[in-house]
Amino acid sequence: MSLHAELAEQFNADEDRTNWHDQTLWWVRQKRDLSARQLPEWEQLRQLASDIKAHTLSNLDQYLEQFERQANANGVTVHWAATAEEHNAVVLELLQKNQLQHIVKSKSMLTEECHLNPFLKKHGYEVVDTDLGERIVQLRNEPPSHIVLPAIHLKKADVSETFHQHLHTEAGNEDPQYLTHAARLDLRKKFIEADCAITGVNFAIAENGAVVVCTNEGNADMGVHSARLHIACMGIEKIIPRMADLGVFTRLLARSATGQSITTYTSHFQKAGPGKEMHIVIVDNGRSRQLGRADFRNSLKCIRCAACFNTCPVYRRSGGHSYHTAVAGPIGSILNPNNDLKANADLPFASTLCGSCSNVCPVKINIHEQLWKWRQVVVKEGYAEPAKKAGMSAMAKLFAHPALFRLAGSAGRRMMRWFPALAKQKKFNPWYKQREMPEPPADSFRDWYLQNRKK
Amino acid sequence: MKVGLFIPCYIDQFYPQVAVATLELLERLGCEVHYPLQQTCCGQPMANSGFSHLSQGCDNNFFRNFEGYDYIVCPSGSCTLHVKEHFQQPGNEQAAVHLRNSVYELTEFLTDVLQVTSLEAEYRHRVGLHVSCHGQRGLHLSSMTETMTPAYSKPERLLSLVDGLELVYPDRPDECCGFGGTFCVFEEAVSAKMGKDRIREHEEKDVEVITAVDMSCLMHLEGILKRNGSKVQVKHIAEILNSPSS
Repeated sequence: MSLHAELAEQFNADEDRTNWHDQTLWWVRQKRDLSARQLPEWEQLRQLASDIKAHTLSNLDQYLEQFERQANANGVTVHWAATAEEHNAVVLELLQKNQLQHIVKSKSMLTEECHLNPFLKKHGYEVVDTDLGERIVQLRNEPPSHIVLPAIHLKKADVSETFHQHLHTEAGNEDPQYLTHAARLDLRKKFIEADCAITGVNFAIAENGAVVVCTNEGNADMGVHSARLHIACMGIEKIIPRMADLGVFTRLLARSATGQSITTYTSHFQKAGPGKEMHIVIVDNGRSRQLGRADFRNSLKCIRCAACFNTCPVYRRSGGHSYHTAVAGPIGSILNPNNDLKANADLPFASTLCGSCSNVCPVKINIHEQLWKWRQVVVKEGYAEPAKKAGMSAMAKLFAHPALFRLAGSAGRRMMRWFPALAKQKKFNPWYKQREMPEPPADSFRDWYLQNRKK
Repeated sequence: MKVGLFIPCYIDQFYPQVAVATLELLERLGCEVHYPLQQTCCGQPMANSGFSHLSQGCDNNFFRNFEGYDYIVCPSGSCTLHVKEHFQQPGNEQAAVHLRNSVYELTEFLTDVLQVTSLEAEYRHRVGLHVSCHGQRGLHLSSMTETMTPAYSKPERLLSLVDGLELVYPDRPDECCGFGGTFCVFEEAVSAKMGKDRIREHEEKDVEVITAVDMSCLMHLEGILKRNGSKVQVKHIAEILNSPSS
């Protein structure tokens, strides 16, 4: 069984919880629908966003250099990192050089991708995640299960238990307001002590060198305004050309993500405050290789709204951790094979190819078509399971030879009629675990046709 | 009008009544229908599993069977979509393009080519429509809840022509049933869960029958219905559209 299938089966062991997870995320999808429906120009906006991203990706080198020049002119230091390791090393060096100890981080999927927290921990630094959902999973020593709603796999009771253990809240108190208040008090201390703030970047604007961070909790602002050094970490694909383009994306992002018209905070960081420093780390980590793959390059248009997660019937019923990567869901299944095909060979198959993901994508990435294409790559590179490979070769032979196909078909049906118990082995026939077999008829349609139309 | 009848392999083998209904329906509507006898499969099971490089023999056989028809009609959105998107004839691209453009899913053919506006059909049941993904999102047989475009549905329009039929949708009108080809066995837990959830929504609407343009979705749902001892039946849309008037 593939890793995703195995983890998904474990997830499904608790059916009530699976139902709750599915319904919670479906509710987010419905909020997205309601909010999108209020914009008559929704489909045009998606096309425009997709086109702006296509243009930007085609001229990425120029826009990145323009961005660097503008950022430098603003007094911001730009660092380039080819890999996750380089990214982590840049951050570590900044901490060491400036003798910083208290680090607060607002949500950044890039730092998750680069495994920054464990890296810094190894070097004696504690990083406090300040997004509430991220803080919850951090206290539990778990990775986020969703890129926008990191703790969506947890219920109130789980949070209550975690906070009781780590923040000493009352045992059994599941009141959301009480729990949020406890987190707020704890985080407030961390913000006040902070000397370094790490943030992600939602959009980096080439023409003015500013980075834009979207949050609902204001935690990016709190960190940056409190700390003396701000490190903003971004992938190379976060660039957009102009301020005038930004509105296209902010209008799409929150509506697609949660159904809000806009995130509570859309924070522009252009230069450091008096006596402070601002650094931007621009990371490749495989993105330029993906840019070079004609079939997969437009996956780099992704603005990390997670609409494809919320709509995916498989994601909703398998949970983010079943994807065993920082970015889960349909988009993760087309991004992750780029960096490690072998480790992520199961992900393109964690889909029915229903196509809902491509339909909700605000930048019109053809996600389900790319899943199909990655499947072909997985097989060509030799990562298909041997049993599947043998089965497919046999099937290809049957379908290329009509007489053989008919022989196998009638023999198979006869076997099913004569020895029905044969197919009813749950161990060898996963179909039969929760489903009855179809009733095999005596005659195929072709048999009927020959008797009734070809006389 | 010369129509080549393309019957998916599993319908030929397990659901011949669906193929018979499709044939009779097309004949009643005045088509000259031929069933090429050497047909097998569209090749989708291999291609969707990542083995599209093994499907050329299958494509060649398909080509030998269906070359030269004005229209190729198939009672499956999924198989139709596969041929439209992936059918290849290296060295004969023009013929491949022609074939890809000639293949129609049944309700698409009835709506767009035959432009059916009335049917002599009667089916006095409460029917839940399962919207099959490849027909909907791939062939655009109906509008989709994700996109903000005007609502329409070719299958629904045809079902509305059937006397006595009461059509209902589940609460989530276009969520996947979880069949997904080999997904149904390689991701068994999620596949079965998706099917159970679709059925629950249909049962909440008190349907007697679940219909769809794809028998593969219905085969999967039927397997779960039977296992759970449900009274709800599955019927392919061709069987309903071909139900005689009393």
